[in-house]
Amino acid sequence: MQLAVLGGFLVAGLAPLLHRWFGQRTPLVMALLPASMALWLLGLWPIIAAGDVLLLEWAWVPGLDITLTFLIDGLAWLFAMLITVIGAFVLVYTGDYLRGHQDLPRFLVVITAFMMSMLGLVLADNLVTLFVFWELTSITSYLLIGFDHTDLAARKAALQGLFVTVGGGLALLAGFIMLAMAGGSWSLAELSTRDDMLREHALYTPLLICVLIGAFTKSAQFPFHFWLPNAMAAPTPVSAYLHSATMVKAGIYLLARLNPALGGTDTWMITLSLVGVLTMATGAFLAIQHTNVKKLLAYSTVMALGTLTMLLGIGTEQALIAFVVFLLAHSLYKGALFMVAGILDHGTGTKDVTAMGGLRGVMPLTAAVAVVAALSLAGLPPLLGFLGKELMFKSVLEAGNFRALILLLAFTAAFLTLAVAAIVALRPFFGTLRETPEAPHEAPPGMLVGPAVLATLSLLFGLAPGLLDGLVSATVSGIGAGEVSTHLALWYGFNLPLLLSLISLLLGVLVFRRWDRVRGRLAVLQPIMTRGPEAGYDALMRGLVVVAEWQTRLLQNGHIRNYLIVTLLVLLGLVGHALFFRHTLELDFAPALYFHEAVVAGLMIAGAVAACVMRSRLAAVASLGIIGFSIALTFVLFSAPDLAITQLLVDTLTVILLVLVLFRLPRFATLSTPMERLRDLAVASLTGGLITLMMLSVSGERLPRISDYMVANSQPLGQGHNIVNVILVDFRALDTLGEMFVLALAAIGVHAMLRFHAVAYDARRHAPLPERDDG
Amino acid sequence: MEPLLAITIGILFAAAIYMMLRRSIVKLVIGLMLLSNAANLLIFVTAGLVRGAPPLVPEGLTAPEGAVADPLPQALVLTAIVISFGVLSFAVVLVRRAWEIVRADDLDKMKDTDT
Repeated sequence: MQLAVLGGFLVAGLAPLLHRWFGQRTPLVMALLPASMALWLLGLWPIIAAGDVLLLEWAWVPGLDITLTFLIDGLAWLFAMLITVIGAFVLVYTGDYLRGHQDLPRFLVVITAFMMSMLGLVLADNLVTLFVFWELTSITSYLLIGFDHTDLAARKAALQGLFVTVGGGLALLAGFIMLAMAGGSWSLAELSTRDDMLREHALYTPLLICVLIGAFTKSAQFPFHFWLPNAMAAPTPVSAYLHSATMVKAGIYLLARLNPALGGTDTWMITLSLVGVLTMATGAFLAIQHTNVKKLLAYSTVMALGTLTMLLGIGTEQALIAFVVFLLAHSLYKGALFMVAGILDHGTGTKDVTAMGGLRGVMPLTAAVAVVAALSLAGLPPLLGFLGKELMFKSVLEAGNFRALILLLAFTAAFLTLAVAAIVALRPFFGTLRETPEAPHEAPPGMLVGPAVLATLSLLFGLAPGLLDGLVSATVSGIGAGEVSTHLALWYGFNLPLLLSLISLLLGVLVFRRWDRVRGRLAVLQPIMTRGPEAGYDALMRGLVVVAEWQTRLLQNGHIRNYLIVTLLVLLGLVGHALFFRHTLELDFAPALYFHEAVVAGLMIAGAVAACVMRSRLAAVASLGIIGFSIALTFVLFSAPDLAITQLLVDTLTVILLVLVLFRLPRFATLSTPMERLRDLAVASLTGGLITLMMLSVSGERLPRISDYMVANSQPLGQGHNIVNVILVDFRALDTLGEMFVLALAAIGVHAMLRFHAVAYDARRHAPLPERDDG
Repeated sequence: MEPLLAITIGILFAAAIYMMLRRSIVKLVIGLMLLSNAANLLIFVTAGLVRGAPPLVPEGLTAPEGAVADPLPQALVLTAIVISFGVLSFAVVLVRRAWEIVRADDLDKMKDTDT
């Protein structure tokens, strides 16, 4: 399977080539890839149904404990199945939707790569591998949302989706690292068995926060829900795929996957159920204000994602069963409805539901599919959505914390969703036929087959929910409820959930009937809406630019002394901290000192002070000479004759050079204010003091000498009696060679500047200066 | 001697940094010189000071008798002295060229690329 997924990326890369061979039929050919994977998964069904877990081992980076092992249990199987089946239909649908589009090959590359990333994400057993695939889905979805790159809004939406999900991805990475530290393993299968250890670990709360931020951003939970509706700028096949079964469900998948390892605590349950139910209500409430069919569906997706999170938060066995059923139901009807939305857009040229009407006669098949799928969305019998909603109400009544609040919000969301379903299915197809920008026509078969099959499955599973018993049991036991055997039925008798469903039906119809008026009323809330989390995101982005500009101006200010001061202050802080707090300061004062040595040191100090305060350039250079010769004397006194000779030679040359060149430069002028001088003096003294302290504290401890080898072998191997010389020309000869290159380069540079300057200068200014001696 | 030299080196560093923080480009070069001297001395002193035992092998022997001064830091400092001379001569000539073209000794007047 790993090979298939990795090979899938290869196939994605080959799409342009395939396009050359197969032309407009390429999407159909490429649909064979997910279709064959789906068949392979179907072959695994007996194993999954028996409740077994399949581990496909594959070592990747054994040294770092990173594997490409795939873990296939009920949950992974369900997701992989949805990804491959809906993926195949989306590719078929694309064949007609983007027929003749010049960028079709590019689209196929990205969507296939996305499909494989998503598959890797749900199958990966290793946290690192999962994260890699997680980020791959973010990147590929960015390319998909921004597919129409000439459209500013699409680019902005793509970037927004990327920033939100990748920002969450960063938090997720931190969370995963803490998770592996706390659980002592990178394997999800192993972490699931170490739940007690994880829940009692000191890192539990921080790691939970990080993981939840990652999952919530990906799955568009409140307050990160705003990127999802904006992502509707993508072509419809992308919306159908990303927002029904894949991308946005990745966060949900992760939460479900980690439920056995991290779930069950109060923090987990309260956070998930409250965030989930808030997302539900927000999504449903925002949905009914829109007339764009894709936006309506997008907000209802937000609502569905909220429902799933809430169900995981409630966490009872009943809630987990509801979670699986709702997940499946949502993937089926939402995939179908998005594709229907694409057909409407494609057939009529508008996405506004208020501009459409009476299309039932023109596109009967589409209308039938839309009605079936919308019935499932509305949660009406005998569709699978009804079952999902009943189970959801049942679970909500079991909620441990904040039951009344959750029930109220979930109920509100339910009847608003019902209104959304009615708007999407009834508005465009019933009533009087309206004039649309393009003459409406029925969709080609390629665009109908996908939604038709998905809608039929919704109906089939709704009529015979017993078919799902095995899958639901296997999945639920995989996400932490132990061994479960479920028996789903459409009819549970008259009970409270059914009553709630009936009331929500009535309210939903009411909202639908008065939709236009409701929208008008809600428009009053517009000023508040514009201050939502999206405004926060925009402000953050603007702030980022402002801060970047400010700090660039602050740090890259073009003043060398500011760079120096910043560097030195950082050095002072770091080294000073290490010296005083991490290291006991042992000062070693053993002044075994001769008088003449003290005189040499005194000369150096006097020379340094003089070099700083002298107003004459010649005097400053002379002070430098004094320092240089004193250093040479120090070398003589402490057994370094070679250094002394070199220092004397170099220092003589330096003084001559300085006198010759500096003589032609202007006299020193007072350029800085006393305050600046004081500041510089403070920085300089602090640094000097720190170096003195550092030297005093290190002189106590001696490291073993690495030069003992050189001392012992200088004569036998190097045939030289002067060990320093042997080191330079023999043991470290390459260093010396490098040094020669540096000197040669410096000499060439000096020569070039002295030799050619007059010509270059005169040519530029056309005004020759008085002839100068080159010195 | 080490404590006294440690203080001396600290003062050399302080003087070097003070000069490098000046606006005059000539003072910057003087600071650079002081800095390389101070750094060379720092390496030399930190390796340990030994009086009257240069790292030489007496004639007729294969290894020096008794402990000698560590030759490796000496070799490194020797390289550093020569390199810093190369850098210094380049810097000095560069300063002169800059003065000829810009006619300014003030680093603040050299902030722009258009001169």
